[in-house]
Amino acid sequence: MSRIGVFICHCGENISRTVDVERVAAHAAALPGVAYATEYKYMCSDPGQTLLKKAIREQRLTHVVVAACSPRMHERTFRKAVEAAGLNPYLCEMANIREHCSWVHEDREQATVKACDIVGMMVERTKKNRVLPTITVPVTKRSLVIGGGIAGIQAALDIADSGHEVVLVEREPSIGGHMAQLSETFPTLDCSQCIMTPKMVDVANHPKITLYTYSEIELVEGYIGNFQVTVRKRARSVDERTCTGCGVCMTKCPQKKIPNKFDQYIGMRTAIYVPFPQAVPNTPVIDRENCTRFKTGKCGVCQKVCGPGAVDFEQQDTLIVEAVGAIVVATGFDLYSISEKPKGSPIKGYGEFGHGKIPDVIDGMTFERLASASGPTGGKIVRPSDGREPKQIVFIQCIGSRAREKGISYCSKVCCMYTAKHTMLYHHKVHDGQAYVFFMDARTPGKSYDEFWRRSIEEEEAVYIRGMVSRLYQKGDKIVVMGSDIAVGVQVEIEADMVVLATAVQPQQGADLLAQKLGISYDKYNFYSEAHAKLRPVECATAGIFLAGACQGPKDIPETVSQASAAAAKVMTLFSKERLEREPIVARVREVGCVGCFACKKVCAYGAVEEKEIRDRQGNLLRVVASVNPGVCAGCGTCQATCPSKCVELDGYTDEQIVAMIEAL
Amino acid sequence: MHPEKTISSDFEPKVIAFVCTWCTYAGADLAGTSRMQYPSNVRVLKFPCTGRIDPVFILKAFQQGADGVLVSGCHPGDCHYIAGNFHARRRFAAFRKLLEFVGVDLQRLQFSWVSAAEGGKWVEVVTELTEKVRAMGPMMEFKELALEEQWSGAMISPELQDAYRQI
Ligand SMILES: Cc1cc2nc3c(=O)[nH]c(=O)nc-3n(C[C@H](O)[C@H](O)[C@H](O)COP(=O)(O)OP(=O)(O)OC[C@H]3O[C@@H](n4cnc5c(N)ncnc54)[C@H](O)[C@@H]3O)c2cc1C
Ligand code: SF4
Ligand code: SF4
Repeated sequence: MSRIGVFICHCGENISRTVDVERVAAHAAALPGVAYATEYKYMCSDPGQTLLKKAIREQRLTHVVVAACSPRMHERTFRKAVEAAGLNPYLCEMANIREHCSWVHEDREQATVKACDIVGMMVERTKKNRVLPTITVPVTKRSLVIGGGIAGIQAALDIADSGHEVVLVEREPSIGGHMAQLSETFPTLDCSQCIMTPKMVDVANHPKITLYTYSEIELVEGYIGNFQVTVRKRARSVDERTCTGCGVCMTKCPQKKIPNKFDQYIGMRTAIYVPFPQAVPNTPVIDRENCTRFKTGKCGVCQKVCGPGAVDFEQQDTLIVEAVGAIVVATGFDLYSISEKPKGSPIKGYGEFGHGKIPDVIDGMTFERLASASGPTGGKIVRPSDGREPKQIVFIQCIGSRAREKGISYCSKVCCMYTAKHTMLYHHKVHDGQAYVFFMDARTPGKSYDEFWRRSIEEEEAVYIRGMVSRLYQKGDKIVVMGSDIAVGVQVEIEADMVVLATAVQPQQGADLLAQKLGISYDKYNFYSEAHAKLRPVECATAGIFLAGACQGPKDIPETVSQASAAAAKVMTLFSKERLEREPIVARVREVGCVGCFACKKVCAYGAVEEKEIRDRQGNLLRVVASVNPGVCAGCGTCQATCPSKCVELDGYTDEQIVAMIEAL
Repeated sequence: MHPEKTISSDFEPKVIAFVCTWCTYAGADLAGTSRMQYPSNVRVLKFPCTGRIDPVFILKAFQQGADGVLVSGCHPGDCHYIAGNFHARRRFAAFRKLLEFVGVDLQRLQFSWVSAAEGGKWVEVVTELTEKVRAMGPMMEFKELALEEQWSGAMISPELQDAYRQI
């Protein structure tokens, strides 16, 4: 027979104002199985908890119900107190008579009746609660970082500096991401390469970091503390161990006119290439699609000129399995490819603003490459069409962003600031030129940001026009931009030499596919979702996986770096323990009844259900039944509601407990 | 048919809500912290996920005298457990058909998505369902069935009673 203790909290007056707590206590005391019932002003306070512990000992209580606020508020508090008094914490439940009762009902009678019902329901449930053991799982103290932009680099360096090994996987031939493409950065205008490349070199030289570039994630298995990740290292056709990075192959390759993605396709590269001179690693890659040798079987010049004999045309993709305990996802962003609609994209507006048709209509990242001292023009801002310096330049903000009707309702966050930066860079380089900016409004929250934006107008003479562009067309060698200035209510027409579109920041192509491999959630745009928008902004809901940078939403560099360091700190916290403790709310299979249909296995999103062979003493296979790995099970209970033979049960939410609650009503 | 229906003016319906911890329970908490007001008829049962909710619980609730049942969880795509709510949705789609076939008025069983941020929506959903079943009057089908069975004497053996209670 159970001896349940019921403790009713007044919550100051928050509960007692509408609920007659004495009546609830009397009601509880009369329930079968209840040995003790009392009320107190603040159950969560120190004296309240002492009262609880004392009652458990003196009254020899077997179970506890605390009728107070939401369990989301204080369940932990009371379970800890119960544990301190020598009871298993899972024998304690909370009855929510504040958020779900006293705060939402004014009528004292009705609220009191409801509170009695809630308490009664929880008393019946608690009777069926079982002692649950704490579950611990071991932790592999190595971490995987996916994506080698500034976010991935910062996270990898922080974790590695704390003494833990890191595996960094980057899809492109070099790490660096978008920051490596930038010219100078707001709000300080320091050169991006100068602050980025030393960090890239640190990654390459760090004894604790294993770097896989030109590689992708093939498969992710396991769970927090115990992931197995298969990495596909694509064939580079150059052996990384023997290549000295001399680059002689690149000077001799006959294929010289391949548009370079790193330079936004305005610069050219060879078939054997590094994307940019400061690439890490500086081992070239052969782009097999454009290589003469791979296309026709002839050539092979690079192999002949390579001193150490590093060029290897026969190289194959390799699969490497890495065991890690935590994963940081830092796959960054891509720009809205306005001229070309990616397959299956739900977004509208492709093909607008002449991008892709008029050569001198470019996007913001292309402007960065033009302005970059190490870019294809050596930092000269010239027109891609004829190499002339543009004397009138028009920047248009919010291309794609904040256009709900076209499919993107969010603000890309960095465009206002980088457009202001672009007008400055332009003014510094083309002294007699004039920059115009069409904008909806300027969003500049951030340290020194508004000052920076104002400077572009007040000191660098950019003309800001509030309004959108309605029409844009080529006329001779000019681009006519027509729009309205809604501040003064007039139509404006500008004959520009060049137009720069601040296109929306979107997640990387295929971000959803990677999320599915990782088992993390993403929003309708494919940005990855954090566990809690405010309180857990760097963790995924899936335990052991963390987010850093623009893959979670548009971000500038300072924010990206902060989030990356925060994610690294979370990883280090995880690695500070030998074993992880987790809530024992997991499913268990009653093997005797299991018919081995594996309906549970099909519905389990975590792959927690395994097939277990049952053999006799001679080792003959008798049956195959389901078995839940308690380390992997997330405790959703979907398997239980699915099992046709009712042989899998979720601890803490058993049928018995739930039916007891329904029957109490 | 149902004489009780005529006295529906002081009839207080019993509404049982099955909700998931992560979205709807939290949404109901938010309604509380925002001091919104709604009818006190609803009793909330918390589950980790709508995926855990066995249709049998809904039958059980009606059998226990519920006049309306609400099942609510995270919006599609937002499930804390990746896809539990999708499984639940599929399961309940089939279950509704079954209920319809059996003759239960589907108006009494409501499914909804209420997120942790939607305290207002929780209030709306609960108020609407309560008022709807109040207008419909008490749900008598199960009660009558129970009465009939008792009257026929078919349920007197302890084993049968026990089996009946297990449903
Ligand atoms: C035109 C423009 C100008 C900007 N100027 C500034 C500025 O002046 N100041 C400022 O603070 N911010 C600026 N920003 C914002 C800045 O670029 C971002 O904040 C920053 O690059 C985000 O870094 P990240 O590492 O999250 O993403 P990224 O830089 O996009 O890096 C992501 C990396 O992950 C890799 N990757 C992607 N998918 C996979 C995969 N599946 N597997 C393996 N690897 C993968 C990518 O190849 C890439 O290397 C600008 C942005 C734009 C568009
Ligand atoms: S073999 Fe290919 S990569 Fe090498 S030099 Fe010839 S074309 Fe260039
Ligand atoms: S409770 Fe959920 S996570 Fe655990 S085994 Fe069952 S379906 Fe998988």
